Amino acid sequence: MGSNVLHVLKGINFSVEEGELVAIMGSSGSGKSTLLNILGMLDLLDSGTYTLDGVPIVNLNETKAAKYRNKFLGFVFQSFNLINYKSALENVALPLYYQRIPRKEREEVAMQYLKKVGLSEWATHLPSELSGGQKQRVAIARALAAQPKVLLADEPTGALDSTTSYEVMQLIQEINDEGKTILVVTHEPDIANMCKRIVQLKDGVIIEDKKITQIRASDYV
Amino acid sequence: MFSRDSWQEIFQTIKKNKLRTFLSGFTVSLGIFIFIILLGLGNGLKNSFNQFFLDDATNTFFFFPGTTSVPYKGFKANRRIQFKNDDIKDIKQNFPFFLEYISPILFRAGTISYKNKSNNYSYRGVAPVYQFAEQTIMMQGRFINEDDVKNKAKYAVIGRLVAKDLFGSEQAIGNYIIIQNTAYKIIGTFQDAGGDREERYVYLPYTTIQLNEKNTDKINQIVLAFKPELGYAGAMIFEEKLTKFLKEKHSISPTDESGFFIRNVADNLNKNMQYADILKLIVSFVGIGTLIAGVIGISNIMVFVVKERTKELGIRKALGATPFSIVAMILQESVFITIIAGYVGMIAGVFVLRFVGDSLENYFILDPFIDTGTAIFSTIILIIFGAIAGYVPAKRAAQIQPIVALRDE
Repeated sequence: MGSNVLHVLKGINFSVEEGELVAIMGSSGSGKSTLLNILGMLDLLDSGTYTLDGVPIVNLNETKAAKYRNKFLGFVFQSFNLINYKSALENVALPLYYQRIPRKEREEVAMQYLKKVGLSEWATHLPSELSGGQKQRVAIARALAAQPKVLLADEPTGALDSTTSYEVMQLIQEINDEGKTILVVTHEPDIANMCKRIVQLKDGVIIEDKKITQIRASDYV
Repeated sequence: MFSRDSWQEIFQTIKKNKLRTFLSGFTVSLGIFIFIILLGLGNGLKNSFNQFFLDDATNTFFFFPGTTSVPYKGFKANRRIQFKNDDIKDIKQNFPFFLEYISPILFRAGTISYKNKSNNYSYRGVAPVYQFAEQTIMMQGRFINEDDVKNKAKYAVIGRLVAKDLFGSEQAIGNYIIIQNTAYKIIGTFQDAGGDREERYVYLPYTTIQLNEKNTDKINQIVLAFKPELGYAGAMIFEEKLTKFLKEKHSISPTDESGFFIRNVADNLNKNMQYADILKLIVSFVGIGTLIAGVIGISNIMVFVVKERTKELGIRKALGATPFSIVAMILQESVFITIIAGYVGMIAGVFVLRFVGDSLENYFILDPFIDTGTAIFSTIILIIFGAIAGYVPAKRAAQIQPIVALRDE
């Protein structure tokens, strides 16, 4: 595993301004997830530079990367990645645990974000007791709880039906409206069209980068 | 690292993953439990060994006469040596520093009868202190005392089986038995750990037998005990000096080894202790093997636990957990479980040993036990190795890129 060298990204040069909602598109194998993982410091880059909020991300050891992830980044995954033995509230509170915030305050903040995604009544439920859309909303609440600079969403609607997908996109749009920078990896054109900018990747290079007129998800719901 | 928060995190993990917690805890408990049981049973085996071989007092010498093999001081070879009462007296006088007690033994055998019942028995003329040499346990009445010896009293102390043979359920003490046409009053009955043979003996004052045999002063053997505080080395010196003294007294050449013989129980004891040590070595070997098996079991469980948690750890890392906090969490959890489970296993093992007690005596396991120090020490060993066993996979898990951990689906 990982011993074969495979160049996935071959010269990517792009920057994202604060408050943008960017869709990264491309067929599978185009390198869109790899790009997101590098942006999320979940994966390491072989060469090149990456600057986040004016901070050059270089010579990352694991501990440093963990602190950056905790402070700057929020993740939303296709498969939700909630911890299955923790309740919705505890899942949302987990990033705050790693910020060493006291328990009481953690739970208050977590509850606040659960309310924001409309799941305050489900706070004590385990992930297995939630629907796919609800799980993704808990994941979004968790990503927001640490108040990151950037929200990275890897196929956030990939495991959801279209109605639920639009609900989740509506939530993402609302968060973006409040000024949060969000990058969404997707291969669905309708989801991409709900963003403000679309970056097309093919075989590890950007083939198109255009700003678009956002389609509001609320129109579909 | 050991904040209240991290403990709460661990307790939650333990509570929400009961099966996993149970499995790892069970492995640890079982390891310690089996270790303690095995070691305890081994100790029990050792105890019965000691009981079998150490029935007589361990600080005694037996002297028995032989025949000279070389001429010396005008005496020819092949002269029979005869111990007499004055040997006892001389040893008493010359070795007060070494001597604890000394007794002559006269061996006789013959028909002993009570009313119409009779049988052949061995009987012995002895001094009161012989009771200590043989470690005879009085069941009823008393053993021969100094007055009996001085007065050449016609008293007899009989073994448990003699009483059973001749008297059945009847009270033996106070009745008279006939030995060699002389009536002896029974003053006590005894039992002996040495077995049936030794419980078929009859003891008489040695002076009484000598009186009956035309007032002779001959004796067959001498048994004497050295002071236990002399130790093994002191006993060897005593044996050497005593041998020299008796050889001189009986005009035996210093190089003649067959004039008389010495059975040194301390020497036998030493040999038996060596067997006991080998037994102990085997028991320890089995114990250490069990302990190693336990450690391997814990290692396997830890690898499994970390493997199972790979994805969770990836999520935690994505949310900002440092590698250190991951390792600390896994170790804290495993050490906590190991301590609790190890303690439970230890207590269970000790409890079972106590419960078994002497019920396995027929299988040569007597009073199985394990001393507290060993029990606690082995538990701590298991905990430490459990932690080390957990550290390796935890460290590896903490170093996996979160994206790799999250990828497997």
